[in-house]
Amino acid sequence: MKARVLIRPKEGILDPQGKAVERALPALGFERVSHVRIGRLVELETETPDELDALCEKLLANPLIEDYEVELL
Amino acid sequence: MQFPGSCDEQDALHACSLSGEARMVWHEERDLGDVDAVVVPGGFSYGDYLRAGAIARFSPAMEAVAEFAAAGGPVLGICNGFQVLCECGLLPGALLPNEGIRFVCRQLDLIAGRASSPFLSGIDEGDRLSVPVKHAFGRFFAPPGQLEELARDDRIAFRYAPGQNPNGSAADIAGVVNEAGNVLGLMPHPEHAVDALTGSTDGLRIFSGAASVAA
Repeated sequence: MKARVLIRPKEGILDPQGKAVERALPALGFERVSHVRIGRLVELETETPDELDALCEKLLANPLIEDYEVELL
Repeated sequence: MQFPGSCDEQDALHACSLSGEARMVWHEERDLGDVDAVVVPGGFSYGDYLRAGAIARFSPAMEAVAEFAAAGGPVLGICNGFQVLCECGLLPGALLPNEGIRFVCRQLDLIAGRASSPFLSGIDEGDRLSVPVKHAFGRFFAPPGQLEELARDDRIAFRYAPGQNPNGSAADIAGVVNEAGNVLGLMPHPEHAVDALTGSTDGLRIFSGAASVAA
């Protein structure tokens, strides 16, 4: 089974990468974009989708600073 | 310790050998032998893929380090080593990308906190140490409540001197210890400050502190 895991910085945690991208946009003429946040997308195949949450908690995300969402495809 | 991608292990080994006998532990070694202390050095372990330090924690040598730490053995994590120790839960918090986005590399001053640790046995609260930092992911973060707890329980080992916080770390924190005090994580690099040739020997105090406790 294919799955996608979306990982992003928890709300309230400063994301300097997102800020840098946001600050670059006006120079390109994109004036009305704000709240840019940058995360990661992990695609994988698994025979044991039940384990995905544990896998995310243990490795793919750091629950202290990141939220994740699992999407089964 | 040396992982694939470590880059400060030789300086760490040198710093240790100035205070006692030292040897390198390769990441695949499961047995630490009869060492008195372990240094997890800086660098980019396993390419820092996923998150800094996230993969290194699963190496056989880190399993041994976790057992060594649980038994009270002194463990010092520097920079990437600090990130590894946070990732494996031996230290609280996490290290986030620097507030200013840029990699920072500079000499700065640390102010010792009240934490108690073998590595701090020769250092008093308020002592000022000049050591370099060099990192992109050094912004210490701990969830609300835990920061206050760290301060209350005297677990802040070092803060950046006022006005010198290079990365936006919460409460200017540069280093913390675990509850028992035997595990110390530091974002700055004491192993690069052990010879007058490079401007400071203040870092040596951390290594000699642990050595004097072990002796």
